[in-house]
Amino acid sequence: MFLLKDVKYKDILYIKDLEIPRKKITSIVGESGSGKSTLLKLLNKLISCDTGDVFYNNQPLSEIDSVELRRNVVLLPQSPSIFSGSIKDNLLIGLKFSEKPLASDKKLVEVLKLVKLNKELSEYANNLSGGEKQRLAIGRVLLLEPEVLLLDEPSSALDEDTENMIIMALVNYTREKNKTLIMITHSKNVAYQFSDRIIEIKKGTVIN
Amino acid sequence: MNGVIDLQLWQMAAAYLFIVILLFIVRARGISREREILVSTIRMTIQLILTGYILVFLFENINPLYTISVIAIMEAFAIYNIFTRTKVKLSRPLKNIIAFSMLFGTLSSLMFFLLVVINISPWYDPRYYIPIAGMLIGNSMTGISLGVNRLVDGMISQRHLVESALMLGATPKMAAKDYVNNAFDAAILPTVNSMVGMGIVFLPGMMTGQILSGISPITAIEYQIAIMLGIVGSVALTVILFVQLGYKTFFNEHSQLIISD
Ligand SMILES: Nc1ncnc2c1ncn2[C@@H]1O[C@H](COP(=O)(O)OP(=O)(O)OP(=O)(O)O)[C@@H](O)[C@H]1O
Ligand SMILES: [Mg+2]
Repeated sequence: MFLLKDVKYKDILYIKDLEIPRKKITSIVGESGSGKSTLLKLLNKLISCDTGDVFYNNQPLSEIDSVELRRNVVLLPQSPSIFSGSIKDNLLIGLKFSEKPLASDKKLVEVLKLVKLNKELSEYANNLSGGEKQRLAIGRVLLLEPEVLLLDEPSSALDEDTENMIIMALVNYTREKNKTLIMITHSKNVAYQFSDRIIEIKKGTVIN
Repeated sequence: MNGVIDLQLWQMAAAYLFIVILLFIVRARGISREREILVSTIRMTIQLILTGYILVFLFENINPLYTISVIAIMEAFAIYNIFTRTKVKLSRPLKNIIAFSMLFGTLSSLMFFLLVVINISPWYDPRYYIPIAGMLIGNSMTGISLGVNRLVDGMISQRHLVESALMLGATPKMAAKDYVNNAFDAAILPTVNSMVGMGIVFLPGMMTGQILSGISPITAIEYQIAIMLGIVGSVALTVILFVQLGYKTFFNEHSQLIISD
């Protein structure tokens, strides 16, 4: 699905050769500052590499329209943004941005349930706790039903039990819908328990 | 009606009494503004006297080249003023867009106004060109300054939201929409508001001048209405050009946000 060849980004990331499989769950691990978030941003062309090439479905990213790509390959950033307005506004804004048909309230409520967020749609999103905001942001990208989900530490603000529930939900969702999931995690446990493939980054390069 | 009373030197001098009173008040209250008041008064006097002589020269030696030069100087001054007076740091491409929007917006409004609305002849008559260009350029300058500040400020302070929008599949246009609209709004609001009080709260300067010089208030008002609409048009055109082109400078050709921290 993704193929990286001789990629260099500033002096942060050097990847000689890396393949990320389609329709699988891939975890990216590595110490803080090693370049994991930078790698994800390269995959949906939020940044571009200085040399080398990233291929998506055998096509170099430089030849794919960025906006088109980001509608298929959605990145949930490490500290997701909450827009002003209600929970509903925040769920719908992703669909608006990617010009997809808006979802019914019923569907929105289902998504909230999926991310274990027990709140009303009309509630003001900025009042949510850090972990609740993170789950709201996960719900927002799930609604987009993209081909590839890039999740940057989706459970960093959650306690262990909630973390496990959310990761389980994400894993099930990916398998059911036959999608590709690539996530960064700090938890070795999460990585070993749920992923088909683990990529370890150290000082900007892939090891193992 | 025997036209306007020409002020004698002693009458002019008497008008400065207002400044003497002001100086007296600030001194008595211990407000240390005497220097600024004096400097501003002297600058105003010298600038206006010089302008007066220049205008007399221009009106007596009517020449399209002179008219064009004066407008060019006004534009250059206005653009330079925008660059130096904005609180935010401006990138090279943004500066180009400011200059282009000012030139295109004000000049096309000016041409439309003079050649279509008023229909002057010869087409370069400085008696019309210079004061009207001054008003259009001055108001557009103020508008665009407000717009620049608001746009750059919005894009920089909210860059995480802009980038989040991109991650959710937004085009740069969608991602910047709120900040573009805010900037446009901030830029045209003073001009729109200034129409509201007109004629009730104050008589605009141009009209006052015309009435004093013996022109019928009705004619003066006709001109004032026309010029006000011209100003609104010029400000709106200048600012919409600026925001529509300006937001693009924050993105590169790969729809990536290029704001350095
Ligand atoms: N835009 C940038 N300009 C310069 N340096 C950057 C930029 N973005 C990230 N870096 C640096 O690149 C390195 C890798 O950053 P990155 O965010 O990819 O790390 P990470 O592996 O995700 O770390 P963490 O686990 O703490 O999130 C860090 O040293 C960071 O300071
Ligand atoms: Mg990171």
